[in-house]
Amino acid sequence: MSDSPAPRGEGRAGLHSAVELIGRTAARRWGDVHEQVSYIGALAILVKLTLIWCWRGLLGSQVRFRWNALLDQLVRVGVRAIPIVVLVEVFIGIILALQMAPTLASYGQLEKVADIIAIAIVRELGPLLTAIVLSGFAGASIAAEMGSMVESEEVKALRAHALNPYHFLVVPRFLATVIALVGLSVVADVVGVFGGLLTSVLVLDVSFWGYIDATQAALSLQDYLTGLFKAGVFGVLISMIACHEGLSVRGGAEGVGRATTSTVVKCIVALIGTDAVFTAMFYVWGI
Amino acid sequence: MPGNDVVISIKDMVKEFPTASGTPARVLDGVTLDVQRGETLVIMGGSGCGKSTMLNCLIGEYEISQGRILYQTKEMDKPGDIAQMSEVKLNQVRKRIGILFQSGALFNSMTVAENVALPLQEHSEVDDAVIDVVVTMKLQQVKMLPHRDKMPAQLSGGQKKRAGLARATALDPEILFYDEPSAGLDPVTSAAIDELMMDLSKKLNVTSVVVTHEMDSAFRIADRMVMLEKGRVLSIGPRSQFESIRDAAPESLKTVDERLINQFLNGSSEGPLTDAEGMSEFEKLIGVQ
Ligand SMILES: Nc1ncnc2c1ncn2[C@@H]1O[C@H](COP(=O)(O)OP(=O)(O)OP(=O)(O)O)[C@@H](O)[C@H]1O
Ligand SMILES: [Mg+2]
Repeated sequence: MSDSPAPRGEGRAGLHSAVELIGRTAARRWGDVHEQVSYIGALAILVKLTLIWCWRGLLGSQVRFRWNALLDQLVRVGVRAIPIVVLVEVFIGIILALQMAPTLASYGQLEKVADIIAIAIVRELGPLLTAIVLSGFAGASIAAEMGSMVESEEVKALRAHALNPYHFLVVPRFLATVIALVGLSVVADVVGVFGGLLTSVLVLDVSFWGYIDATQAALSLQDYLTGLFKAGVFGVLISMIACHEGLSVRGGAEGVGRATTSTVVKCIVALIGTDAVFTAMFYVWGI
Repeated sequence: MPGNDVVISIKDMVKEFPTASGTPARVLDGVTLDVQRGETLVIMGGSGCGKSTMLNCLIGEYEISQGRILYQTKEMDKPGDIAQMSEVKLNQVRKRIGILFQSGALFNSMTVAENVALPLQEHSEVDDAVIDVVVTMKLQQVKMLPHRDKMPAQLSGGQKKRAGLARATALDPEILFYDEPSAGLDPVTSAAIDELMMDLSKKLNVTSVVVTHEMDSAFRIADRMVMLEKGRVLSIGPRSQFESIRDAAPESLKTVDERLINQFLNGSSEGPLTDAEGMSEFEKLIGVQ
């Protein structure tokens, strides 16, 4: 504060409004934080309920597990996604090989391209890109489907018939997405490495067996397992976000549209955020 | 013997929906009524007065804000408040009730036959052959057998409703709720549905709660009638009471309520229902205090 006394009223008002501004901003930020936290809380509750109903369905005796529904969902989420996952991962293998080649060649280490591709795909890009593809492919369609079920009173009708929507709708989609994502990641790993191999052999003049040997030497079981573990977690995230968005649809066709979009956006943010956390953890623990 | 064989007892039921402005919208404002075993109770009232909301509260879909809803199904030894029940207990009650939704609410990923079969598969121990026979029978009842393998998207509105009715009756419920069963049906099918409803209630002693706007149908099936207005029970009584109000000349009726019911039942455009709103709008327009 300066020596010359500021006009009192005005000074007060200035201070007041500054404090008010900070307060308001804090409140707004806090509101955002609050919203995020309650969203995560709602997801956690959904996960808990889903796991309870998985348990009851698979191991309990009161309810029959709906194998047919699981199979339907596996076909829809997993099998139908194979072509697009293959396509994306082959391209990623090709891109990685071509991007890495000049740098590696300048160190005279061109044969290291196999190692880099193997690690990058198996630990990271296989699961992550498959998950991102599946967010759009399966997440959006699950959200839209569940949303229109809410809107057409199907979910209400289930409950009115004493049938639990978690058991009927969420569990098959949850299990199918997790299983499909782990399975598709294995496919992704193979075709990604294949894409790299193709490029290296045909374009970069790396020897075929040299590439295979280098890949085998570069990868340990841990690399596979961390990759597949992440894929499982991604499957949980995608299915839970999609089911949550779908089940909380309000407001007709427009609401369904909004749920679909926000599913994809939230899935991608959640996937990459979670991936960062896991990668950091694996780095610190050295696995 | 009132109070003795009451299946559903509703006491001071209030249902409020939260609104953006903060003051909740009170859709049901202290509804009190009893449903007797075996009777057909028709609920009437203008569009938006809370009839569907009331059914949703009765099946435990909406949590009510105040009041009690006591059920006394045959297997319960004393009346139970569904607001206080655990999910398991509530589901026990739900297995004894059937509901026909305003839109039919069929499961869109299943055929008509699968829709009807689902409650049986999940809630009864019988094998598939028996379920198939029951499904055939239930679909025959609503004349939907020719459409048994169609998907809901391939059905007309009336067909959806009939399929929904077959599904609602699949488990031979004690209580059936109908939300506008004959809206959108041709007069013959509508009369057939009425016959079916009466059959169910007479032969199997099913208790029916019917929301309807079709006055012919209402007077055909009702044992008792309720008139809702602005979330309250305006009048409740036997069919004969409503018949006499309907047939009276509006001028001869003493209370506003009776004139209002008279107007509603006859569907006339002049009367207290339209006066109240019409006048205030008009007054606003010309600025009269
Ligand atoms: N989920 C909800 N959230 C907020 N308000 C609602 C909700 N459901 C219904 N309402 C409001 O409650 C009132 C009663 O709706 P309801 O669907 O019960 O009417 P209704 O009597 O069945 O009408 P209709 O004869 O047209 O079917 C309406 O004003 C509606 O706007
Ligand atoms: Mg309604």
